[in-house]
Amino acid sequence: MSQTLRRGPVTGTAVKKPPAKNKPFLLDLYATAVGKKYVMAITGLIGIGFVIAHMIGNLKVYLGVVNEGGERVYDADVYGEFLRELLVPILPRTYALWGLRLLLIAALILHLHAAYTLTLLNRKARPVKYQSPRDYEVANFASRSMRWTGIIVLAFLAWHLADLTWGWVNPDFVRGAVYRNLDASLSRIPVAALYVVANVLLGIHLFHGTWSMLQSLGVNSPRFNQWRKAAAAGVATLIVVGNVSFPVAVLAGVIEFDGDAITCCVEGEHK
Amino acid sequence: MSTLTNITLKVWRQDGPDEQGRFETHQIPEIPAEASFLEMLDFLNERLVAENKEAIVFDHDCREGICGTCSLMIDGRAHGPQHGTATCQLHMRTFASGDEIVIEPWRAAAFPIIKDLMTDRAPLDRIIEAGGFITAATGGAPDANLIPIPKPVADASMDAAACIGCGACVAACPNGAANLFTGAKIAHLNLLPQGQAERFQRSEAMVETMDEYFGSCTNHGECEAACPKEISIDVIAVMNADYLKSKLKNRKSLSRT
Ligand code: SF4
Ligand code: FES
Repeated sequence: MSQTLRRGPVTGTAVKKPPAKNKPFLLDLYATAVGKKYVMAITGLIGIGFVIAHMIGNLKVYLGVVNEGGERVYDADVYGEFLRELLVPILPRTYALWGLRLLLIAALILHLHAAYTLTLLNRKARPVKYQSPRDYEVANFASRSMRWTGIIVLAFLAWHLADLTWGWVNPDFVRGAVYRNLDASLSRIPVAALYVVANVLLGIHLFHGTWSMLQSLGVNSPRFNQWRKAAAAGVATLIVVGNVSFPVAVLAGVIEFDGDAITCCVEGEHK
Repeated sequence: MSTLTNITLKVWRQDGPDEQGRFETHQIPEIPAEASFLEMLDFLNERLVAENKEAIVFDHDCREGICGTCSLMIDGRAHGPQHGTATCQLHMRTFASGDEIVIEPWRAAAFPIIKDLMTDRAPLDRIIEAGGFITAATGGAPDANLIPIPKPVADASMDAAACIGCGACVAACPNGAANLFTGAKIAHLNLLPQGQAERFQRSEAMVETMDEYFGSCTNHGECEAACPKEISIDVIAVMNADYLKSKLKNRKSLSRT
């Protein structure tokens, strides 16, 4: 038995054109998938930093009322005002805060753009899917669902801003009264449930994100490689436990706004 | 000698690169458990040829796990259910009587199907070509251990050098990325003193050639699980780090010329 196979002139199809040279350094780097992963990782790191700082800042609600300049005010409200006055008098009020916000917005836009373009590239890299079911061995739910957890967390972010920053969807919103607004919003059970679910999804995103970030940045050393997954699990757990505690505490009555006794502190504007 | 009976094969058949493919079902009434997976396909092919049907085309060469030619997606896993082996090292004893086994070719834009289960993996060669040469002193045979290399470094480099270029990493990757292959090739040379002269030229060129054909890594780790040489995704981190360094250093050296 013998059969001869005539081999046609086939070669692999290039997924995309080679990047043009002589571009500015960062654009040149961003033109490649590995470069885009650096952008994903660095913007992700900015996001992780923000989420951790945000969670720690929020812990202020557990301090309840403090005595500030002779007035009894909520510590969380004082902290909110502190953020607006960050770096005063080097910078005018809210400038430093806006600087940080712009950094976060830029990071978010870059993170989304890189994710979007990489997703398109990956679709093109396998135009014909496997026709039989794949048996994945190590790709876990977190890594397989990054797109979905990311999109849902983004939608939640919009709601969260509308709820506690702008007050559009908050039933009893007073600008600057952090403690009161938090209580007003999270006393609604469906909203509290939304916060819990969204934060669990955020935790799942951060679990794969943190580990993936270390890998994309080429952080690799036999000394601590075995700790990378554990560090990712630690970051994710920290965020989920911290953030989920707020809706739970509100519903349990640990966080309860007491309208009569305490004044809100913003710009002399009292309740 | 134990024998497996009643194996059902669902094999991908495709007449040419642009033809419509389909699964074809074949029965293997009995096969020795000692037969290798590819021998099982050989038996089937002999039968097909005897029946005047066209044999199933699949890639193979050394049949001992060193050439990287064999390539089959078996039951949804690149190189089949066994870890750390290529398809040619898989034996029927891994399966049980009555099993249904599904066989598909690697699927990626970079790996077009030539026929049936055979794909063209030339883009992997394009990446190797982009890597170029290393500068080495020629002449009389050098003394042993002339270049001191710490044992752990030599080991890490050897682990990366074990890559046989089969493309299972691309096949297993949900994104069709070739980062494990390219990472292995880059780590293999970049870790060694002999690889230093062209290190940054090589890293930039290989990563950018890879970029033209393949998808991008999202750090699932499927490649590592599928790799017949069990190459660790740590090589991808090495590649990522060296790519950024090469972008910076190559700019600097270019500005010197
Ligand atoms: S890295 Fe492993 S799976 Fe990829 S081509 Fe090399 S040997 Fe094959
Ligand atoms: S045929 Fe050579 S590695 Fe399988």
